[in-house]
Amino acid sequence: MNAVTVRDLRKSYGDHEALRGIDFTIEAGEVFGLLGPNGAGKTTTVEILEGYRRPDGGKVEVLGVDPQKSGPAWRERIGVMLQSSSLYPALTVRESLRVFGGYYAAPRDADEVIGIVGLVEKSDARVRTLSGGQKRRLDLGLALVGDPELVFLDEPTTGFDPGARRTAWDTIRELRALGKTILLTTHYLDEAEQLADRVAVLRDGVIIREGSPAELTGGIVETEIRYLRGEEEVVERMVDPTRRLHELTAEAIARGEELAGLEVRRPTLEDIYLELTGE
Amino acid sequence: MSLFFHEVKTEQLLFWRNRESAFFTFLLPVIFFLVFGSIYGNSTITKEHLRAAPFLEAGMIGYGVASTAFAGLAITMVIRRESGVLKRIRATPLPPATYLLAVLLSTFIVFLIETALIIVIGRLLFSVAVPDRPFSFLVALVIGSAAFAAMGLGLTSAVRSSEGSSAVVNFVYLPMAIISGTFFTPKGYPGFLRAIADVLPLTYFTKLTRNVMVRHEHIWTQGGSLAAVLLWGAIGLIAAIRGFRWQPRDG
Repeated sequence: MNAVTVRDLRKSYGDHEALRGIDFTIEAGEVFGLLGPNGAGKTTTVEILEGYRRPDGGKVEVLGVDPQKSGPAWRERIGVMLQSSSLYPALTVRESLRVFGGYYAAPRDADEVIGIVGLVEKSDARVRTLSGGQKRRLDLGLALVGDPELVFLDEPTTGFDPGARRTAWDTIRELRALGKTILLTTHYLDEAEQLADRVAVLRDGVIIREGSPAELTGGIVETEIRYLRGEEEVVERMVDPTRRLHELTAEAIARGEELAGLEVRRPTLEDIYLELTGE
Repeated sequence: MSLFFHEVKTEQLLFWRNRESAFFTFLLPVIFFLVFGSIYGNSTITKEHLRAAPFLEAGMIGYGVASTAFAGLAITMVIRRESGVLKRIRATPLPPATYLLAVLLSTFIVFLIETALIIVIGRLLFSVAVPDRPFSFLVALVIGSAAFAAMGLGLTSAVRSSEGSSAVVNFVYLPMAIISGTFFTPKGYPGFLRAIADVLPLTYFTKLTRNVMVRHEHIWTQGGSLAAVLLWGAIGLIAAIRGFRWQPRDG
């Protein structure tokens, strides 16, 4: 069963067409990544699915329900992490989770959620004393405290240090392992590559590419070899790099030299993305 | 029902935890009562040969409703809207009506505690009798609190940012509190101030509490003042229904 179905979704703000008829589906249990530059329509899409914005046209179903006609029973089943942090500064971390957990019929235990998002040492700290990254982790915790089936994460790791991002990624992988469906928007391409089962790239209100990260990167199979010849960097691209690499290293060994600056890489989702979005 | 009480508890925790709101909206009327009561509580009001203290006490309860239900609520709700907290609450199973009713009840609880404190101080320090029309008095507090809360919610749509919320709200409510005669009787005001006072809701709420508390009137004899307070409450409610937003201005 599809957790999310979007057909020919359209939304305009005045003269500006933010979404020009997009289609996608998210299967239950899948992590779906929505990628795109600023102003592409990611947040508009997510906020229509969350029920905040009314679409101008098309059909949207989230957990079998039109978000515009949804009620408390539907909200029991979704978790929302908004793009900007939205917390009570005067409460402690644990109090925040208990307050928001109290809105759900069967919430997760506050301390369990604190453990999941890695804020154990901050359990009794006031929210106003948390760093930006810690606040975002609490935002994530609040999206999970109702034990939802479907979680919307709008740029969940923006502003995290690398360690905190890894922790958040582990959390999201754990959620996936529990069978949760996740819609993730992100600027970070490695994040989508690491976490998403499928990715849609949005530009100017249109989905320009959709597929698994491997499918997206699979279209271009040339591997890149870089090394230094004297001062000059050499870049070679080819479909089958094994032979060429062997020649290069054999020559270097024969000369008794180190092959300076050697790098072998396949195109990342980032390369594809930059190519697609023309950035 | 348990959701409702969970939210009332949450609102109480949030109110008392926030020192600024606890001080400005809760304690300020109490402090003004102490200060002005000490200055002129024992002077007499000439026409009726009554002491000023009971009048001031009723006036400070009027100031209290403006400060807790109107100003405090408006500032709190603007800050919650602009910080995205209201938007987050909208995504939870808590029904909007349950949420707003819990906020209103919590505001009323704060106002009730403040009123009790003012009455105790009046009794102990300024020898003011405890109100002897408890039913009429309580009805006046409920109606006043509901009407000023409706106006407070209505005002939130006119405030665009959290930073500006205190400034805008104070600009409305401080002059209102003074012109409405919560500190002094408006009888001696110059004509143009009297004319403004005659349209302000707090004038009528203060008149209502004074007549119930000091002149021992029943509330049903105060039709004119009640109507004025309710009319303003209705205007506030319409403004709130038309303009209340759950999402920040920029989102």
